[in-house]
Amino acid sequence: SVTFVLKDEDHTLGNSLRYLLMKNPSVSFCGYSLPHPSEYKVNLRIQTDGSITAVQALHKALDDLTQLCEHVQSSFVEKVRNSVASS
Amino acid sequence: MDPIELKRTRVVLHKDHVSNVSSIDFPQNFDNGDDDMAWDFEKFKKNFKVVISSFKKDHLEFDLIGIDASIANAFRRCLISEIPTMAIENVFVLNNNSIVHDEILSQRLGLVPIKADPRIFQFKTPEDEATDLNTLVFKMKVKATKRRKFVTARISESNQFEQTEFLNDDNFNVLSKHLVWEAQGDQEERLAADPPRPVHDDIVLAKLRPGQEIDIEVHCQKGIGKEHAKWSPVATASYRLLPDIQILQPVTGNDAVKFQKCFSEGVVEVFKNKQGEKEARIVNPRKDTVSREVLRHKEFENKVRLTRIRDHFIFNVESTGILPPHVLFGEAVQVLINKCKRVKEALSELTGDMDIDQ
Repeated sequence: SVTFVLKDEDHTLGNSLRYLLMKNPSVSFCGYSLPHPSEYKVNLRIQTDGSITAVQALHKALDDLTQLCEHVQSSFVEKVRNSVASS
Repeated sequence: MDPIELKRTRVVLHKDHVSNVSSIDFPQNFDNGDDDMAWDFEKFKKNFKVVISSFKKDHLEFDLIGIDASIANAFRRCLISEIPTMAIENVFVLNNNSIVHDEILSQRLGLVPIKADPRIFQFKTPEDEATDLNTLVFKMKVKATKRRKFVTARISESNQFEQTEFLNDDNFNVLSKHLVWEAQGDQEERLAADPPRPVHDDIVLAKLRPGQEIDIEVHCQKGIGKEHAKWSPVATASYRLLPDIQILQPVTGNDAVKFQKCFSEGVVEVFKNKQGEKEARIVNPRKDTVSREVLRHKEFENKVRLTRIRDHFIFNVESTGILPPHVLFGEAVQVLINKCKRVKEALSELTGDMDIDQ
């Protein structure tokens, strides 16, 4: 179990990472908070059930988020190309 | 509808509160083994869909289906505050004897959207020199001319000589088209194809009376919306969830007509059912603004359930004109990917020398 402090981050990344970490069956607890709304810092706490480390869980969540975003980007670009081609 | 299915996929709107707001699609909540809620990219790819419903020059409406609220919100936040654009940052005033103070004029100038592709420019920190790679220079020199007297002379119907004098009212509006780009260094050749200019020509910046003039030089720099709203590339970017109106018991007769009036136009259609009486059915829930008017009437209690589909987002992106909206969304997703990569690098650096496999 680890509490990460992410600098220069806010809900944009904090909430997305929290969601993907919760989707990981080995993570038993995950939460994030902003200690102060004027400061760009995120506290991210991860507790795993022991099968993987918290650091590995965070790595996996970051990889999953990158994969998800790339898929969204490619589908969107393709749909835009189709609609521009048809109009 | 199956209650667990309802709780999992719908946000329910009641008369005075909203329930089932957060998603419960996590492995810890579902212990039945076969429907594993764990993250599976293939399952996500199968469920995910993008539908573009309206594609205009400055306005894009599209649907993202199968994505969670936290990710959709991340995209929206990136669209508003993390995509870099060019905007006026420094104003050097050489002469300003109008009644609009320097700082007021500078604030107005900052908010003028500048049509220059921000991707070919670099960021400029306060310590950097202003070079042709990170700054755009515009000049504005306007002067309102002095009052002039006009005399018109004419012969009236009764053959009298008439002479009227009037003063030409020189109220001069300083518009954004008076900002003239001055190429620096090699910008002349690089940006010849699409010269930088304000997006709109007719933004009123100041009003001058005869004898007043404004002579300024402005520098544009690259920045993001998080630092100041002038750098935000969208007029607004928002999303809403697709409404899903469920009729639990048939609504017939005159109630059906009243039911139709409770929703926005085009949502409900009244048709003749098998018994020959009027009945209401939902035809186009997308048009509904979910005003909850129907929940105010006692006759519809327990007959209708107002819900929203939790993973169907209708995005509405309106650009200020600097970049087209479909490009903006692509950039926003890219910004999120870059953020992930940055955190991943920092994490590897931090824990690379730690023993991570116990």
